[in-house]
Amino acid sequence: MTATENKTLTVAIVGNPNAGKTTLFNALTGSRQKVGNYPGVTVEQVSGSLKLPSQPVHCIDIPGLYSLTAVSEDEKIAISAIKGQIAGHAKPDLLICVLDASNLERNLFLYSQIAELEIPMVVALTMVDRVQRKQLTLDTHRLSELLGADVVEVVGHKEKGIDALKKVVDQNLEVKRNPKIQLLETSPDLSKIDQLQERLARIGEDIHRADLLQMLQEPDSAVERYAQDFPEIADEFKEASAYVRSLDQQSRELTTQDRYAWSNMVATQAVTKSPHPPKRSLTDKIDALLINRFWGFLIFLGIMYLVFQSIYTFAGPVMDWIEGLFGSLGEWASPKLESNPTLQSLVVDGIIGGVGGMLVFLPQILILFFFIAVLEGTGYLARAAFMMDRLFGWCGLNGRAFIPLLSSFACAIPGVMAARVMPDPKARLATILVAPLMSCSARLPVYLLLIGVFVEPKFGPTWAGVALFAMHMVGLVISIPIVWVLNRKLLKSKRLPFLLELPPYQWPKWKDVGLAMFVRGRVFVKTAGTIIVAMSILIWAASYFPRSDEAANQTKFEQTWVADGNTAEGEEYEAAQEKYVAEQQLEGSYLGRLGKTIEPAFVPAGFDWRITTSILAAFPAREVVIPSMGIIFSLGGDVDEESSDLRSTMQNATWPDGRPLFTLWTAFGLMIFFALCCQCNATLAAIKRETNSWKWPVFVFVYMTTLAYIVAVIINQVGRLVSG
Amino acid sequence: MPVANGAIMTFSDLKQGMNVRVVSVDSALEECRRLEEMGLTAGTSFRVAKVAPFGDPIEIDLRGYRLCLRKGETTGFVLEKLD
Repeated sequence: MTATENKTLTVAIVGNPNAGKTTLFNALTGSRQKVGNYPGVTVEQVSGSLKLPSQPVHCIDIPGLYSLTAVSEDEKIAISAIKGQIAGHAKPDLLICVLDASNLERNLFLYSQIAELEIPMVVALTMVDRVQRKQLTLDTHRLSELLGADVVEVVGHKEKGIDALKKVVDQNLEVKRNPKIQLLETSPDLSKIDQLQERLARIGEDIHRADLLQMLQEPDSAVERYAQDFPEIADEFKEASAYVRSLDQQSRELTTQDRYAWSNMVATQAVTKSPHPPKRSLTDKIDALLINRFWGFLIFLGIMYLVFQSIYTFAGPVMDWIEGLFGSLGEWASPKLESNPTLQSLVVDGIIGGVGGMLVFLPQILILFFFIAVLEGTGYLARAAFMMDRLFGWCGLNGRAFIPLLSSFACAIPGVMAARVMPDPKARLATILVAPLMSCSARLPVYLLLIGVFVEPKFGPTWAGVALFAMHMVGLVISIPIVWVLNRKLLKSKRLPFLLELPPYQWPKWKDVGLAMFVRGRVFVKTAGTIIVAMSILIWAASYFPRSDEAANQTKFEQTWVADGNTAEGEEYEAAQEKYVAEQQLEGSYLGRLGKTIEPAFVPAGFDWRITTSILAAFPAREVVIPSMGIIFSLGGDVDEESSDLRSTMQNATWPDGRPLFTLWTAFGLMIFFALCCQCNATLAAIKRETNSWKWPVFVFVYMTTLAYIVAVIINQVGRLVSG
Repeated sequence: MPVANGAIMTFSDLKQGMNVRVVSVDSALEECRRLEEMGLTAGTSFRVAKVAPFGDPIEIDLRGYRLCLRKGETTGFVLEKLD
C-alpha cells in the first residue's frame, strides 16, 4: 500500500468498559459522530471526526474490553478493529488508551497486552478526581515512565485536559513511537542498550532509546551501515539485537499472573496510599439502603413506577401534538391534490399517515432513553441489575434484562434498543426476541374496545379491570417458557460469565444524556422511518386498488335504500351511502380479497373475513386495527375505541347463517391474538437493525404469529365445547 | 496482615464481609480464565463487599476495585479463609 500525503489518519480509543471511554470520545468529537455496524455482526462502530491542532483525524470508539483474549464474537471484532484486520477499515495510526486511575491495577492488565501490538499509543488517565477522593496520590510522571508512553490527565465531562490530550496526540502522530514496557518481574537488564546509545552519541548520532529498540528489531541495515567505519559498533548492534529479541520471545509466553504482577508493580509505584484511608464510602452507605432486601425492592419499584408513569404522562401531550400536526398537514395537502384522487390518497393516507404513525413513538423513545441514560449515569442501573439477576437468571436471561423488558410495556422499539445494556450477546438476543411479547401501549385500544363491548356490560367494571390486567400479563407469562426453550434449543452461542461493576454513585453527565437521546432518536427516525413509510404505501395500495366502480355502487345503494322505503336525500343518506361505497371498495380491493381467501384459515379461531381483513391490515402497525375494523364493519374510517357505533355494530354482527359473530370467547381469542401477534413493522425493523440480520425479525414474526394463531384457535374451540 | 486460618472453601461458601485468598484456579475452564483476566489470579486476596438480596450475585473487593459475579458460575476456584 502506498501512503499518500493527504490520507486521513485514524485514531482509536481503547480501554476497559466503564473507564470513561465514551465520555472522552464525546468530548473529543462532540456531535460529529456516526453510528454504524461492523459488517455481519451486532457490534456498533461509533466513529467521529477529531479536530487536532494540525489536522482533522478519523476517530473510532472501540467497544470496551477487559483483555485481548477474545471470547465472544463481539470482542473478536473489537480486537480485529484495533489490529486493523477488518476489511474496509483502516488500521489505527495511534491508540488512545483510556486508563481509569481509580482502578489502575486492573486497567493496566489490558494495557500490558495492547502495548505489545506495536501501535503508537497515548494514555488518557480518567477518574483522577475519584483517586483524590480516595485520598491517594498519583504520580503521573512516574506512570508515564513505567508505561513508556505519554500520559495526560483528562476529565472528559468538564473538558479538562482535552486540549492537552489533542496536542499530545498530534505530537505522537508526528513522531511515532511504540510503548515499551518491562513485563517480567526481574526487569531485564538494558545496560547493553544504554551503552550502545552512548557510543552512538559519541559518533554524533543521537538516537532515542525507543527508536534504537525499534532498530534493534531489524538490525541488518544499521549493521551494514556501521560495518565499514565502526566495526565494534556493528558487533554491539548484532549482540544487542539478539538480546532484545530474546526478551521479546520471553514476553510472548507471559501468563495472566505475570501481567498482574507487573500491573501491581506499576500501580504501587504510581499511586501512593494515604496513611489514613477513609472509612466507609458514601457509595457503600447509599448501597446499604438501595440493595437492602426490603427497602431496595421498594425503592426499585418506586423508581420504575416513576419512569413508566413519566413515559405515559409526558409523552401523551407531545404524541397528541404530533398526531394533530400530521392531521393538519393532511388537511392542508388534501385540497391541493384534489385533481388527482389517487395521488391525493397516496400522499394523505399513505405517506403523511404512515410517517405520522411512526413519528408518534418518538417522544416515548426519547423519554425512555433519557431515563436510561440518567439511571446508567448515576450508577443505579448496575444496582438494579445486581438485585434482579437472580429473578431473571434461572431461565437464561440476566439482571440486565429487566430494563428492556419493562420498557417494552410502553413500546417494544425502545425495549429492543435498550437491550444494548446487555453485554452478553446470547442473553441480549433472547431479550430482543421476547421483548415484542410484552403488551405495548398500542395494544391498549384493542383491549379497551373489546373489554368495553363484551366484558364490562356483563360483568361490571371490576372484572373489566381484572381482564385488562390479565391481558398485560399474558405476554410476560408466555415469554418465560419461550426464553427457556430459546436458550436450550436455538441460541447455542457461548455463554459468558455474568460480570458486573457497581460504579460509585455520581451525578449524571447531562451532555452525555442529551447526546444519547439525540443519537438514538436520529437512528430511530432514519431506520424505522424508511421501512414504515414503504409498508404504509404498500398497505394503502392493497386497500386502494383495484378501484371499484364508485358510480355503480352509489346507484346500487340508492336502489336498496329506496326499496327499504327511505328517501334518497339528506345527511343520513349521504353518510350511509359513503360507508357503503367504502365497504364495497375494501371488499373488492386486493386486501379484502386476500381476507376472503384467508378466511377459512381463521374460521377455527372464530374470525370471519372482516376480522381477518382487519388483522391483515394491522400487520404493519397494530394501531391500524381500530380504523380498519371501522371501515370493515361499515362505519367509515373515522372511529376510535370510544365509538359506540362500532361497539353496537360489533355486538350485532353475525355470520351469514345468523349466529352472532362475537361471543365472549371470540372476543378473548381476538384480544389474545393481538397480545401475542407480531403486528408492528417498526419493531421488526428495530430487530433487524439491532441484530444486523433478517433472520431474527423473520423468526420473531413467524413464532409470534404462529403462537397467536394457535392460542386463539384453542380458546375458540374450548369456548365452543364449554358453551355447547 | 491477614493470615490464613487454614479453612479451604469455594465461592458458594462466601458470606458478606469475609476475607479470602485464591489458592488455585483451574485455568482449563474458560470462565476461570476470564476471571483471572479480571484480576482473580492465584494468590490474590479479596473481601466480600456485598451480597445481593437473593444471595447471588456477590460483589468482591480486589486489587483496589469492585467486581460482581455469580457464585454459581464460579466453579474451579479453591479459596482459603483469612482472619
